[in-house]
Amino acid sequence: MEEVKEVKLHGYVKSGYSTMVHYALRLKGVCYEYVEEDLKNKSEELLSLNPVYKKVPVLVVDGRPIAESLIILEFVDEVWKDNNPFLPQDPYERAKVRFWAQFFYQKLVPGGYAIRNSEGEARKKAAEEFVDSLIILEEGLRKDLYTGVPFIHGERPGLLDVILSGSHSTFNYLGGLAGVKLLEKERMPILCSSLDAFVELDAIKSMAQDFKIPKPPAPSAA
Amino acid sequence: MAKEVKLLGQWVSPYVLRVQIALELKGVSYEYLEQQFGENKSELLLKSNPVYKKVPVLIHKDRPICESAIILQYIDEVWGAGGPAVLPSDPYERAIACFWVSYIDDKFGPSLVGLIRGKTDEENAAAAEQAILGLELLEEAYEKSSRGKRFFGGDDVGYLDIVLGSSLRWIEVIEIMRGIKLLDNAKFPLLMAWAERFRAAAVVKKLMPEAGKLMEYAKEVQARMNAAAAN
Repeated sequence: MEEVKEVKLHGYVKSGYSTMVHYALRLKGVCYEYVEEDLKNKSEELLSLNPVYKKVPVLVVDGRPIAESLIILEFVDEVWKDNNPFLPQDPYERAKVRFWAQFFYQKLVPGGYAIRNSEGEARKKAAEEFVDSLIILEEGLRKDLYTGVPFIHGERPGLLDVILSGSHSTFNYLGGLAGVKLLEKERMPILCSSLDAFVELDAIKSMAQDFKIPKPPAPSAA
Repeated sequence: MAKEVKLLGQWVSPYVLRVQIALELKGVSYEYLEQQFGENKSELLLKSNPVYKKVPVLIHKDRPICESAIILQYIDEVWGAGGPAVLPSDPYERAIACFWVSYIDDKFGPSLVGLIRGKTDEENAAAAEQAILGLELLEEAYEKSSRGKRFFGGDDVGYLDIVLGSSLRWIEVIEIMRGIKLLDNAKFPLLMAWAERFRAAAVVKKLMPEAGKLMEYAKEVQARMNAAAAN
């Protein structure tokens, strides 16, 4: 792809999907403009960029919009393929990474909604099922990808690390709702190691300074 | 050589059909293993796809790959030389193709399932509405992405053609079963013409399940569901 000129991200500070894209762009060293959307009052621009779903994140590259976080992540990886590749080279390894990325969207995302949209006993049960899914993910990663280094599938952060860390705040929020800690180091060492290593990355640590991302509202406003 | 690649499938599944078409397009020989429904899942399927226990599963050199979209990308990457690329090579065009495949899997496909399984008139009406909305979006997408060429992918059958095309037989069956017109020539002239071309492609003609057989299967499913509902 020829040299790209203009990159703009439409996102929302509390959206894990939005955070994932920030992280991806930061890891690749991409300069981009950020537009914080008010989800209760979506901009005309957002609605025209993503008419099908009307959601964030949307990445606009040289005027052309891409929607859906997982698709954006793979796109970013391909366009800026020389910096910090997110996927392994081997097709079988890539298929395994993609499988667990899909698992996140097929199991953990609906699982999160189940916690959010329930109360009392039903919420407790939803939280337990969420933890079960995290364990399946942990064990699956151990079997399929883990090589004993801090990140899930290599010495450098990859697709799964970006997805997981992007969702970190959301996991904390869901845990708060359910009154349980969803991520436990003892039961999920691979996932927790990835999260711990990710926040130490220079590209990520410097994000708050380089970026004027509006602070999330105080918990009572949520 | 044929034993090196196996495909676990079910003849009714449009997801399996996607993989078969891709393998044929790349000239890959494979052993097809028809899987049972319900409780009698084979050891091989359970071992190869412990997380979802579903087809399709591609087994290459004894290593399983699951999920049709992932399998198609794998086929493209491993057997790149065997035929034209299934996924677009331009990253932006690939992202657009993936977007519509994702839409088909998340919204359009489930609306078709809704039309098969719907028990009430309301459920069927809602599913039909969603399906038609999907077709409207896809008609527009076809216009934009094909740029006057024969398929979504251009001159050759590509990723989005395979994914949408694999549901055509089921759309036909649903239209008959429910007495509705989904792929309406007046509303979706581009998709109708595209569907004709897709069905006429040699690889597709060879692999599409027979409409009559699929119809029989759909009636059996409905009968079973009605019996279960009556109990």
